[in-house]
Amino acid sequence: MTLKKLAIWSAQAVLPPLVVFGLVIVIWQACIVGFQLKPYLLPSPTAVLRAFINDSALLGQAVVYTGSAALLGFAGSLCIGTLIAFAFSQSRILRASGYPYFIFLQTVPIVAIAPLIVRWCGYGFQSVVLVAFILSLFPILSNGTQGLLDIDPNLLDLFRLNNSTRWQVLVKLRFPSAVPGILAGARTASGLAVVGSIVGEFFVGYGSKQFGLGYLIYSTNGQSQLDRLFASVLTSTLFGIAIFGLVNLISVTILRGWYDGPIEHRR
Amino acid sequence: MVETQTSLIEARSVAMSFGPAQLALTHVSTSIQTGEFVALLGPSGCGKSTLLRLVAGLMAPSEGTLTVGGLTPENARRGTRRVAFVFQEPNLLPWRTVADNIRLPLELQGVPRTEHSARIEQSLRLIGLTGDDSRKRPRNLSGGMRMRVSLARALVIQPDVLLLDEPFAALDDVLRQQLNEELVRIWTRHQWTGLFVTHNVAEAVFLSQRVLVMSKRPGTIIEEISVPFAYPREPGLRANLEFARLCGDLSQRLRGVAQ
Repeated sequence: MTLKKLAIWSAQAVLPPLVVFGLVIVIWQACIVGFQLKPYLLPSPTAVLRAFINDSALLGQAVVYTGSAALLGFAGSLCIGTLIAFAFSQSRILRASGYPYFIFLQTVPIVAIAPLIVRWCGYGFQSVVLVAFILSLFPILSNGTQGLLDIDPNLLDLFRLNNSTRWQVLVKLRFPSAVPGILAGARTASGLAVVGSIVGEFFVGYGSKQFGLGYLIYSTNGQSQLDRLFASVLTSTLFGIAIFGLVNLISVTILRGWYDGPIEHRR
Repeated sequence: MVETQTSLIEARSVAMSFGPAQLALTHVSTSIQTGEFVALLGPSGCGKSTLLRLVAGLMAPSEGTLTVGGLTPENARRGTRRVAFVFQEPNLLPWRTVADNIRLPLELQGVPRTEHSARIEQSLRLIGLTGDDSRKRPRNLSGGMRMRVSLARALVIQPDVLLLDEPFAALDDVLRQQLNEELVRIWTRHQWTGLFVTHNVAEAVFLSQRVLVMSKRPGTIIEEISVPFAYPREPGLRANLEFARLCGDLSQRLRGVAQ
Protein backbone atom coordinates (compact mmCIF):
# COMPACT_ATOMS: atom_id res chain seq x y z
CA MET A 1 0.00 0.00 0.00
CA THR A 2 1.47 3.34 -0.95
CA LEU A 3 1.62 6.20 1.51
CA LYS A 4 -1.02 8.12 -0.38
CA LYS A 5 -3.41 5.16 -0.41
CA LEU A 6 -2.76 4.66 3.30
CA ALA A 7 -3.61 8.30 3.93
CA ILE A 8 -6.84 8.05 1.94
CA TRP A 9 -7.76 4.78 3.63
CA SER A 10 -7.21 6.19 7.10
CA ALA A 11 -9.15 9.32 6.22
CA GLN A 12 -12.11 7.24 5.05
CA ALA A 13 -12.09 4.29 7.44
CA VAL A 14 -10.36 5.35 10.63
CA LEU A 15 -11.07 9.03 11.03
CA PRO A 16 -14.92 9.02 11.19
CA PRO A 17 -15.17 6.42 14.01
CA LEU A 18 -12.44 8.28 15.90
CA VAL A 19 -14.35 11.54 15.61
CA VAL A 20 -17.46 9.82 16.96
CA PHE A 21 -15.38 8.35 19.78
CA GLY A 22 -14.01 11.76 20.70
CA LEU A 23 -17.48 13.30 20.63
CA VAL A 24 -18.85 10.59 22.91
CA ILE A 25 -16.01 11.18 25.41
CA VAL A 26 -16.66 14.91 25.43
CA ILE A 27 -20.43 14.51 25.93
CA TRP A 28 -19.79 11.86 28.57
CA GLN A 29 -17.48 14.14 30.58
CA ALA A 30 -19.86 17.07 30.13
CA CYS A 31 -22.78 15.02 31.51
CA ILE A 32 -20.79 14.01 34.57
CA VAL A 33 -19.84 17.61 35.29
CA GLY A 34 -23.21 19.10 34.26
CA PHE A 35 -25.51 16.63 36.09
CA GLN A 36 -23.01 15.89 38.88
CA LEU A 37 -23.36 12.15 38.37
CA LYS A 38 -22.06 9.91 41.15
CA PRO A 39 -19.18 7.50 40.27
CA TYR A 40 -21.31 4.42 41.09
CA LEU A 41 -23.75 5.47 38.35
CA LEU A 42 -21.28 6.60 35.72
CA PRO A 43 -17.52 6.89 36.16
CA SER A 44 -15.66 9.67 34.38
CA PRO A 45 -13.58 8.86 31.29
CA THR A 46 -10.42 9.69 33.20
CA ALA A 47 -11.37 7.31 36.02
CA VAL A 48 -11.96 4.55 33.46
CA LEU A 49 -8.58 5.28 31.90
CA ARG A 50 -6.95 5.16 35.33
CA ALA A 51 -8.62 1.83 36.13
CA PHE A 52 -7.58 0.56 32.71
CA ILE A 53 -3.93 1.37 33.46
CA ASN A 54 -4.00 0.18 37.10
CA ASP A 55 -5.69 -3.09 36.19
CA SER A 56 -3.66 -3.65 33.04
CA ALA A 57 -1.91 -6.75 34.38
CA LEU A 58 -5.18 -8.20 35.59
CA LEU A 59 -6.94 -7.33 32.35
CA GLY A 60 -4.12 -8.84 30.32
CA GLN A 61 -4.42 -12.07 32.28
CA ALA A 62 -8.18 -12.06 31.75
CA VAL A 63 -7.75 -11.50 28.00
CA VAL A 64 -5.46 -14.53 27.82
CA TYR A 65 -8.02 -16.64 29.66
CA THR A 66 -11.04 -15.44 27.67
CA GLY A 67 -9.02 -15.44 24.47
CA SER A 68 -7.89 -19.03 24.84
CA ALA A 69 -11.42 -20.17 25.60
CA ALA A 70 -12.75 -18.26 22.59
CA LEU A 71 -9.98 -19.54 20.34
CA LEU A 72 -10.47 -23.16 21.38
CA GLY A 73 -14.24 -22.88 20.96
CA PHE A 74 -13.79 -21.22 17.57
CA ALA A 75 -11.24 -23.79 16.40
CA GLY A 76 -13.59 -26.55 17.49
CA SER A 77 -16.55 -25.08 15.65
CA LEU A 78 -14.43 -24.48 12.53
CA CYS A 79 -13.28 -28.11 12.42
CA ILE A 80 -16.45 -29.83 13.59
CA GLY A 81 -18.76 -27.44 11.73
CA THR A 82 -16.91 -28.12 8.50
CA LEU A 83 -16.94 -31.87 9.09
CA ILE A 84 -20.70 -31.89 9.79
CA ALA A 85 -21.19 -29.75 6.68
CA PHE A 86 -19.24 -32.40 4.72
CA ALA A 87 -21.60 -35.07 6.02
CA PHE A 88 -24.67 -32.93 5.29
CA SER A 89 -23.50 -32.30 1.73
CA GLN A 90 -23.33 -36.03 1.06
CA SER A 91 -26.81 -37.06 2.08
CA ARG A 92 -30.17 -35.37 1.86
CA ILE A 93 -31.56 -37.65 4.57
CA LEU A 94 -28.75 -36.81 6.95
CA ARG A 95 -29.29 -33.12 6.24
CA ALA A 96 -33.03 -33.26 6.77
CA SER A 97 -32.73 -35.22 9.98
CA GLY A 98 -29.79 -33.38 11.50
CA TYR A 99 -30.33 -29.75 10.57
CA PRO A 100 -33.25 -28.99 12.94
CA TYR A 101 -31.15 -29.94 15.96
CA PHE A 102 -28.45 -27.47 15.03
CA ILE A 103 -31.08 -24.80 14.59
CA PHE A 104 -32.23 -25.75 18.09
CA LEU A 105 -28.68 -25.39 19.36
CA GLN A 106 -28.46 -22.01 17.66
CA THR A 107 -31.72 -20.65 19.04
CA VAL A 108 -31.78 -22.03 22.59
CA PRO A 109 -30.69 -19.35 25.09
CA ILE A 110 -27.37 -20.28 26.63
CA VAL A 111 -28.83 -19.55 30.10
CA ALA A 112 -31.29 -22.37 29.55
CA ILE A 113 -28.66 -25.01 28.94
CA ALA A 114 -26.01 -23.62 31.29
CA PRO A 115 -27.18 -25.81 34.22
CA LEU A 116 -26.82 -28.89 32.04
CA ILE A 117 -23.34 -27.87 30.93
CA VAL A 118 -22.33 -27.36 34.55
CA ARG A 119 -23.86 -30.71 35.53
CA TRP A 120 -21.95 -32.55 32.79
CA CYS A 121 -18.67 -30.65 32.60
CA GLY A 122 -18.47 -28.82 35.89
CA TYR A 123 -17.54 -25.19 36.43
CA GLY A 124 -14.41 -23.86 34.80
CA PHE A 125 -12.48 -23.40 31.61
CA GLN A 126 -13.74 -26.49 29.75
CA SER A 127 -17.36 -25.38 30.12
CA VAL A 128 -16.53 -21.87 28.90
CA VAL A 129 -14.92 -23.41 25.82
CA LEU A 130 -18.06 -25.49 25.30
CA VAL A 131 -20.31 -22.40 25.41
CA ALA A 132 -18.04 -20.58 22.93
CA PHE A 133 -18.17 -23.65 20.70
CA ILE A 134 -21.96 -23.96 20.81
CA LEU A 135 -22.47 -20.29 20.04
CA SER A 136 -20.05 -20.18 17.12
CA LEU A 137 -20.89 -23.52 15.49
CA PHE A 138 -23.98 -22.62 13.49
CA PRO A 139 -22.67 -19.92 11.10
CA ILE A 140 -19.86 -22.21 9.97
CA LEU A 141 -22.16 -25.18 9.68
CA SER A 142 -24.85 -23.39 7.69
CA ASN A 143 -22.50 -21.40 5.43
CA GLY A 144 -20.36 -24.49 4.90
CA THR A 145 -23.30 -26.71 4.00
CA GLN A 146 -24.68 -24.13 1.62
CA GLY A 147 -21.27 -23.65 -0.01
CA LEU A 148 -20.74 -27.37 -0.46
CA LEU A 149 -24.14 -27.80 -2.09
CA ASP A 150 -24.28 -24.66 -4.19
CA ILE A 151 -22.04 -25.83 -7.04
CA ASP A 152 -22.14 -24.71 -10.67
CA PRO A 153 -23.92 -27.62 -12.46
CA ASN A 154 -21.51 -27.31 -15.39
CA LEU A 155 -18.58 -27.97 -13.08
CA LEU A 156 -20.36 -31.02 -11.69
CA ASP A 157 -20.81 -32.19 -15.29
CA LEU A 158 -17.12 -31.61 -15.97
CA PHE A 159 -16.23 -33.85 -13.04
CA ARG A 160 -18.76 -36.49 -14.10
CA LEU A 161 -17.41 -36.51 -17.64
CA ASN A 162 -14.02 -37.34 -16.21
CA ASN A 163 -15.49 -40.29 -14.31
CA SER A 164 -14.75 -38.72 -10.96
CA THR A 165 -15.49 -40.42 -7.66
CA ARG A 166 -17.72 -38.92 -4.98
CA TRP A 167 -14.62 -38.29 -2.88
CA GLN A 168 -12.86 -36.43 -5.72
CA VAL A 169 -15.91 -34.21 -6.19
CA LEU A 170 -15.95 -33.45 -2.47
CA VAL A 171 -12.25 -32.70 -2.13
CA LYS A 172 -11.43 -31.10 -5.47
CA LEU A 173 -14.70 -29.29 -6.20
CA ARG A 174 -17.11 -28.95 -3.31
CA PHE A 175 -14.64 -28.07 -0.59
CA PRO A 176 -12.68 -25.43 -2.56
CA SER A 177 -15.97 -23.92 -3.75
CA ALA A 178 -17.20 -23.75 -0.16
CA VAL A 179 -14.10 -22.05 1.25
CA PRO A 180 -15.36 -18.46 0.68
CA GLY A 181 -18.65 -19.38 2.40
CA ILE A 182 -16.88 -21.06 5.29
CA LEU A 183 -14.68 -17.98 5.70
CA ALA A 184 -17.74 -15.72 5.77
CA GLY A 185 -19.17 -18.01 8.44
CA ALA A 186 -15.88 -17.92 10.32
CA ARG A 187 -16.00 -14.14 10.47
CA THR A 188 -19.38 -14.24 12.20
CA ALA A 189 -18.34 -17.21 14.31
CA SER A 190 -15.19 -15.52 15.62
CA GLY A 191 -17.23 -12.70 17.13
CA LEU A 192 -19.71 -15.15 18.57
CA ALA A 193 -16.92 -17.22 20.12
CA VAL A 194 -15.66 -14.15 21.98
CA VAL A 195 -19.18 -13.30 23.14
CA GLY A 196 -19.67 -16.95 24.07
CA SER A 197 -16.57 -17.15 26.22
CA ILE A 198 -17.40 -13.88 28.05
CA VAL A 199 -21.04 -14.78 28.60
CA GLY A 200 -20.08 -18.36 29.37
CA GLU A 201 -18.01 -17.20 32.34
CA PHE A 202 -21.09 -15.57 33.83
CA PHE A 203 -22.85 -18.91 34.03
CA VAL A 204 -20.34 -21.71 33.92
CA GLY A 205 -16.92 -20.16 34.46
CA TYR A 206 -16.52 -19.21 38.10
CA GLY A 207 -15.41 -21.44 40.90
CA SER A 208 -11.88 -21.77 39.68
CA LYS A 209 -8.84 -19.68 40.52
CA GLN A 210 -8.56 -18.66 36.90
CA PHE A 211 -10.72 -15.86 35.60
CA GLY A 212 -11.44 -13.98 32.41
CA LEU A 213 -13.15 -10.81 31.21
CA GLY A 214 -16.60 -12.18 31.94
CA TYR A 215 -15.69 -12.80 35.56
CA LEU A 216 -14.15 -9.33 35.90
CA ILE A 217 -17.29 -7.71 34.51
CA TYR A 218 -19.43 -9.80 36.81
CA SER A 219 -17.44 -9.22 39.98
CA THR A 220 -16.64 -5.49 39.53
CA ASN A 221 -20.34 -4.90 38.92
CA GLY A 222 -21.10 -6.73 42.12
CA GLN A 223 -18.73 -4.46 44.00
CA SER A 224 -20.07 -1.30 42.32
CA GLN A 225 -16.59 -0.54 40.96
CA LEU A 226 -17.91 1.05 37.82
CA ASP A 227 -14.59 2.44 36.64
CA ARG A 228 -13.13 -1.09 36.67
CA LEU A 229 -16.31 -2.47 35.10
CA PHE A 230 -16.00 0.04 32.27
CA ALA A 231 -12.33 -0.81 31.86
CA SER A 232 -13.24 -4.51 31.55
CA VAL A 233 -15.97 -3.78 29.01
CA LEU A 234 -13.57 -1.58 27.06
CA THR A 235 -11.01 -4.36 27.04
CA SER A 236 -13.62 -6.89 25.87
CA THR A 237 -14.61 -4.59 23.03
CA LEU A 238 -11.02 -3.97 21.94
CA PHE A 239 -10.31 -7.67 22.14
CA GLY A 240 -13.40 -8.53 20.08
CA ILE A 241 -12.45 -5.99 17.42
CA ALA A 242 -8.89 -7.36 17.33
CA ILE A 243 -10.12 -10.95 16.85
CA PHE A 244 -12.62 -9.91 14.18
CA GLY A 245 -9.91 -7.92 12.39
CA LEU A 246 -7.50 -10.82 12.51
CA VAL A 247 -9.99 -13.35 11.12
CA ASN A 248 -11.04 -10.82 8.49
CA LEU A 249 -7.42 -10.30 7.47
CA ILE A 250 -6.82 -14.04 7.17
CA SER A 251 -9.95 -14.56 5.11
CA VAL A 252 -9.21 -11.64 2.78
CA THR A 253 -5.68 -12.95 2.28
CA ILE A 254 -6.98 -16.40 1.36
CA LEU A 255 -9.65 -15.01 -0.95
CA ARG A 256 -7.21 -12.65 -2.68
CA GLY A 257 -4.64 -15.38 -3.16
CA TRP A 258 -6.75 -18.23 -4.44
CA TYR A 259 -10.10 -16.83 -5.45
CA ASP A 260 -11.52 -13.85 -7.27
CA GLY A 261 -11.10 -11.86 -4.08
CA PRO A 262 -13.72 -11.04 -1.44
CA ILE A 263 -17.08 -10.19 -2.95
CA GLU A 264 -16.81 -6.49 -2.10
CA HIS A 265 -13.48 -6.28 -3.96
CA ARG A 266 -14.44 -8.19 -7.09
CA ARG A 267 -14.16 -6.38 -10.38
CA MET B 1 -8.27 -37.37 -46.32
CA VAL B 2 -8.30 -40.96 -45.08
CA GLU B 3 -11.82 -42.11 -44.39
CA THR B 4 -12.17 -44.89 -41.87
CA GLN B 5 -15.42 -46.61 -42.54
CA THR B 6 -16.37 -47.69 -39.02
CA SER B 7 -19.22 -45.87 -37.40
CA LEU B 8 -18.38 -44.75 -33.87
CA ILE B 9 -21.47 -42.86 -32.76
CA GLU B 10 -24.83 -44.38 -33.66
CA ALA B 11 -28.21 -42.85 -32.89
CA ARG B 12 -31.38 -44.76 -33.72
CA SER B 13 -34.70 -42.93 -33.34
CA VAL B 14 -33.53 -41.15 -30.24
CA ALA B 15 -36.08 -39.04 -28.39
CA MET B 16 -35.61 -37.00 -25.26
CA SER B 17 -38.28 -35.41 -23.16
CA PHE B 18 -38.01 -33.57 -19.87
CA GLY B 19 -41.55 -34.36 -18.78
CA PRO B 20 -44.99 -34.30 -20.38
CA ALA B 21 -45.24 -31.83 -23.28
CA GLN B 22 -41.55 -31.04 -22.90
CA LEU B 23 -40.19 -32.94 -25.87
CA ALA B 24 -36.69 -31.69 -26.73
CA LEU B 25 -35.64 -34.24 -29.34
CA THR B 26 -37.58 -36.64 -31.52
CA HIS B 27 -36.67 -39.31 -34.09
CA VAL B 28 -32.97 -38.49 -34.20
CA SER B 29 -31.07 -41.02 -36.28
CA THR B 30 -27.56 -40.57 -37.55
CA SER B 31 -24.19 -42.18 -37.52
CA ILE B 32 -20.78 -40.59 -37.19
CA GLN B 33 -17.63 -42.30 -38.41
CA THR B 34 -14.42 -42.66 -36.42
CA GLY B 35 -12.25 -39.64 -37.02
CA GLU B 36 -15.02 -37.61 -38.63
CA PHE B 37 -15.60 -33.93 -37.80
CA VAL B 38 -19.31 -33.19 -37.79
CA ALA B 39 -21.12 -29.94 -37.05
CA LEU B 40 -24.58 -29.90 -35.50
CA LEU B 41 -26.36 -26.78 -36.76
CA GLY B 42 -29.74 -25.55 -35.65
CA PRO B 43 -31.71 -22.61 -34.32
CA SER B 44 -31.45 -21.68 -30.64
CA GLY B 45 -33.33 -24.00 -28.33
CA CYS B 46 -33.68 -26.79 -30.87
CA GLY B 47 -32.16 -29.42 -28.60
CA LYS B 48 -28.72 -29.65 -30.16
CA SER B 49 -27.01 -29.21 -26.80
CA THR B 50 -29.29 -31.89 -25.39
CA LEU B 51 -28.17 -34.25 -28.15
CA LEU B 52 -24.55 -33.50 -27.31
CA ARG B 53 -25.16 -34.21 -23.62
CA LEU B 54 -26.77 -37.51 -24.58
CA VAL B 55 -23.67 -38.45 -26.59
CA ALA B 56 -21.54 -37.48 -23.57
CA GLY B 57 -23.59 -39.82 -21.39
CA LEU B 58 -24.65 -37.05 -19.03
CA MET B 59 -28.27 -38.13 -19.58
CA ALA B 60 -29.96 -41.19 -21.02
CA PRO B 61 -32.39 -40.85 -23.92
CA SER B 62 -36.09 -41.33 -23.17
CA GLU B 63 -36.54 -43.45 -26.29
CA GLY B 64 -34.36 -45.10 -28.89
CA THR B 65 -30.75 -46.18 -28.65
CA LEU B 66 -27.57 -44.19 -28.69
CA THR B 67 -24.22 -45.95 -28.72
CA VAL B 68 -20.58 -44.95 -28.76
CA GLY B 69 -18.37 -47.77 -30.02
CA GLY B 70 -21.24 -50.20 -29.46
CA LEU B 71 -21.69 -49.28 -25.79
CA THR B 72 -23.97 -46.84 -24.02
CA PRO B 73 -22.23 -43.46 -23.90
CA GLU B 74 -21.65 -43.67 -20.17
CA ASN B 75 -20.12 -47.14 -20.34
CA ALA B 76 -17.99 -46.09 -23.31
CA ARG B 77 -16.67 -43.15 -21.33
CA ARG B 78 -15.99 -45.33 -18.29
CA GLY B 79 -14.37 -47.96 -20.48
CA THR B 80 -11.77 -47.49 -23.16
CA ARG B 81 -13.09 -44.43 -25.00
CA ARG B 82 -11.70 -41.12 -23.90
CA VAL B 83 -14.42 -38.52 -24.24
CA ALA B 84 -13.80 -34.82 -23.71
CA PHE B 85 -16.37 -32.04 -23.57
CA VAL B 86 -15.90 -28.33 -24.12
CA PHE B 87 -18.62 -26.20 -22.58
CA GLN B 88 -20.11 -22.94 -23.74
CA GLU B 89 -18.46 -21.24 -20.78
CA PRO B 90 -14.80 -21.91 -20.02
CA ASN B 91 -15.79 -23.42 -16.64
CA LEU B 92 -12.35 -23.12 -15.11
CA LEU B 93 -11.76 -23.59 -11.41
CA PRO B 94 -10.86 -20.08 -10.14
CA TRP B 95 -8.63 -21.38 -7.34
CA ARG B 96 -6.40 -23.32 -9.71
CA THR B 97 -3.73 -21.94 -12.00
CA VAL B 98 -3.98 -22.52 -15.73
CA ALA B 99 -1.62 -25.50 -15.54
CA ASP B 100 -3.56 -27.01 -12.63
CA ASN B 101 -6.85 -26.52 -14.45
CA ILE B 102 -5.47 -28.46 -17.38
CA ARG B 103 -4.15 -31.07 -14.95
CA LEU B 104 -7.62 -31.72 -13.50
CA PRO B 105 -8.78 -34.41 -15.98
CA LEU B 106 -5.47 -36.24 -15.54
CA GLU B 107 -5.95 -36.24 -11.77
CA LEU B 108 -9.57 -37.35 -11.97
CA GLN B 109 -8.86 -40.11 -14.47
CA GLY B 110 -5.87 -41.40 -12.53
CA VAL B 111 -3.18 -40.74 -15.12
CA PRO B 112 0.21 -41.40 -13.43
CA ARG B 113 1.67 -38.22 -11.94
CA THR B 114 4.97 -38.65 -13.76
CA GLU B 115 3.22 -38.05 -17.07
CA HIS B 116 1.38 -34.91 -16.01
CA SER B 117 3.89 -32.16 -16.75
CA ALA B 118 4.78 -33.46 -20.21
CA ARG B 119 1.11 -33.85 -21.15
CA ILE B 120 0.19 -30.40 -19.82
CA GLU B 121 3.08 -28.79 -21.67
CA GLN B 122 2.10 -30.51 -24.88
CA SER B 123 -1.49 -29.39 -24.47
CA LEU B 124 -0.45 -25.81 -23.75
CA ARG B 125 1.75 -25.69 -26.83
CA LEU B 126 -0.99 -27.18 -28.99
CA ILE B 127 -3.35 -24.39 -28.06
CA GLY B 128 -0.78 -21.60 -28.25
CA LEU B 129 -0.23 -20.82 -24.57
CA THR B 130 3.16 -20.14 -23.01
CA GLY B 131 4.71 -21.37 -19.76
CA ASP B 132 4.15 -17.87 -18.42
CA ASP B 133 0.41 -18.16 -18.96
CA SER B 134 0.33 -21.52 -17.23
CA ARG B 135 1.11 -19.99 -13.84
CA LYS B 136 -1.69 -17.41 -14.06
CA ARG B 137 -5.10 -17.76 -12.53
CA PRO B 138 -8.22 -17.68 -14.73
CA ARG B 139 -9.28 -14.23 -13.46
CA ASN B 140 -6.10 -12.76 -14.99
CA LEU B 141 -6.91 -14.07 -18.45
CA SER B 142 -9.03 -12.59 -21.22
CA GLY B 143 -12.18 -14.38 -22.39
CA GLY B 144 -10.40 -15.80 -25.42
CA MET B 145 -7.50 -17.07 -23.33
CA ARG B 146 -9.89 -18.75 -20.89
CA MET B 147 -11.53 -20.56 -23.78
CA ARG B 148 -8.11 -21.71 -24.98
CA VAL B 149 -7.39 -23.11 -21.52
CA SER B 150 -10.75 -24.87 -21.57
CA LEU B 151 -9.82 -26.40 -24.93
CA ALA B 152 -6.38 -27.40 -23.65
CA ARG B 153 -8.04 -29.09 -20.68
CA ALA B 154 -10.19 -31.13 -23.05
CA LEU B 155 -7.25 -32.10 -25.26
CA VAL B 156 -4.94 -33.11 -22.43
CA ILE B 157 -6.57 -36.54 -22.09
CA GLN B 158 -5.91 -37.15 -25.81
CA PRO B 159 -9.59 -37.73 -26.52
CA ASP B 160 -11.05 -40.24 -28.96
CA VAL B 161 -14.20 -38.16 -29.06
CA LEU B 162 -14.32 -34.38 -28.64
CA LEU B 163 -17.72 -32.83 -28.01
CA LEU B 164 -17.97 -29.06 -28.26
CA ASP B 165 -21.05 -27.13 -27.14
CA GLU B 166 -20.93 -23.71 -28.86
CA PRO B 167 -17.54 -23.05 -27.28
CA PHE B 168 -16.81 -19.83 -29.14
CA ALA B 169 -20.31 -18.31 -29.12
CA ALA B 170 -19.38 -15.63 -26.58
CA LEU B 171 -16.22 -14.49 -28.37
CA ASP B 172 -15.89 -11.73 -30.93
CA ASP B 173 -15.80 -12.70 -34.57
CA VAL B 174 -12.06 -12.37 -35.20
CA LEU B 175 -11.22 -14.45 -32.16
CA ARG B 176 -13.82 -17.01 -33.11
CA GLN B 177 -12.31 -17.38 -36.58
CA GLN B 178 -8.80 -17.72 -35.17
CA LEU B 179 -9.87 -20.42 -32.78
CA ASN B 180 -11.75 -22.20 -35.57
CA GLU B 181 -8.57 -22.26 -37.62
CA GLU B 182 -6.60 -23.66 -34.71
CA LEU B 183 -9.23 -26.27 -33.98
CA VAL B 184 -9.09 -27.46 -37.59
CA ARG B 185 -5.29 -27.57 -37.45
CA ILE B 186 -5.35 -29.65 -34.26
CA TRP B 187 -7.98 -31.96 -35.69
CA THR B 188 -5.96 -32.67 -38.86
CA ARG B 189 -3.05 -33.70 -36.63
CA HIS B 190 -4.88 -35.73 -34.00
CA GLN B 191 -7.98 -36.97 -35.81
CA TRP B 192 -10.34 -37.28 -32.88
CA THR B 193 -13.98 -37.77 -33.73
CA GLY B 194 -15.48 -34.33 -33.37
CA LEU B 195 -19.05 -33.19 -32.81
CA PHE B 196 -19.39 -29.41 -32.80
CA VAL B 197 -22.65 -27.74 -31.82
CA THR B 198 -23.22 -24.26 -33.19
CA HIS B 199 -25.85 -21.92 -34.54
CA ASN B 200 -23.29 -20.12 -36.69
CA VAL B 201 -23.45 -21.28 -40.31
CA ALA B 202 -19.96 -20.13 -41.38
CA GLU B 203 -18.40 -21.78 -38.36
CA ALA B 204 -20.15 -25.08 -39.09
CA VAL B 205 -19.04 -25.07 -42.73
CA PHE B 206 -15.49 -23.95 -42.03
CA LEU B 207 -14.85 -26.67 -39.45
CA SER B 208 -16.68 -29.77 -40.48
CA GLN B 209 -16.81 -32.47 -43.11
CA ARG B 210 -20.52 -32.82 -42.66
CA VAL B 211 -23.23 -30.55 -41.30
CA LEU B 212 -26.30 -32.01 -39.62
CA VAL B 213 -29.12 -29.48 -39.80
CA MET B 214 -31.70 -29.66 -37.04
CA SER B 215 -35.28 -28.47 -36.99
CA LYS B 216 -36.68 -26.26 -34.27
CA ARG B 217 -37.90 -27.83 -31.04
CA PRO B 218 -38.63 -30.71 -30.74
CA GLY B 219 -35.43 -31.11 -32.69
CA THR B 220 -34.71 -33.69 -35.28
CA ILE B 221 -32.11 -33.94 -38.03
CA ILE B 222 -33.76 -32.76 -41.22
CA GLU B 223 -30.78 -32.71 -43.50
CA GLU B 224 -27.19 -33.88 -43.78
CA ILE B 225 -24.95 -31.83 -46.00
CA SER B 226 -21.38 -32.83 -46.76
CA VAL B 227 -18.84 -30.07 -46.98
CA PRO B 228 -16.60 -30.60 -50.00
CA PHE B 229 -13.55 -28.54 -49.03
CA ALA B 230 -10.22 -30.27 -48.44
CA TYR B 231 -8.12 -29.95 -45.31
CA PRO B 232 -6.04 -28.14 -44.19
CA ARG B 233 -8.51 -25.30 -44.42
CA GLU B 234 -6.94 -21.89 -44.65
CA PRO B 235 -8.52 -18.57 -43.58
CA GLY B 236 -8.83 -17.67 -47.28
CA LEU B 237 -11.48 -20.36 -47.64
CA ARG B 238 -14.02 -17.95 -46.17
CA ALA B 239 -13.61 -15.73 -49.25
CA ASN B 240 -14.21 -18.64 -51.59
CA LEU B 241 -17.31 -18.30 -53.74
CA GLU B 242 -18.27 -21.93 -53.24
CA PHE B 243 -17.96 -21.47 -49.45
CA ALA B 244 -20.19 -18.41 -49.54
CA ARG B 245 -22.74 -20.20 -51.69
CA LEU B 246 -22.89 -23.16 -49.28
CA CYS B 247 -23.26 -20.83 -46.30
CA GLY B 248 -25.98 -18.86 -48.04
CA ASP B 249 -27.80 -22.03 -48.93
CA LEU B 250 -27.62 -23.32 -45.36
CA SER B 251 -28.76 -20.00 -43.91
CA GLN B 252 -31.76 -20.11 -46.20
CA ARG B 253 -32.69 -23.57 -44.98
CA LEU B 254 -32.19 -22.61 -41.36
CA ARG B 255 -34.52 -19.67 -41.83
CA GLY B 256 -37.09 -22.02 -43.27
CA VAL B 257 -36.70 -24.26 -40.23
CA ALA B 258 -37.04 -21.48 -37.70
CA GLN B 259 -40.39 -20.30 -39.04
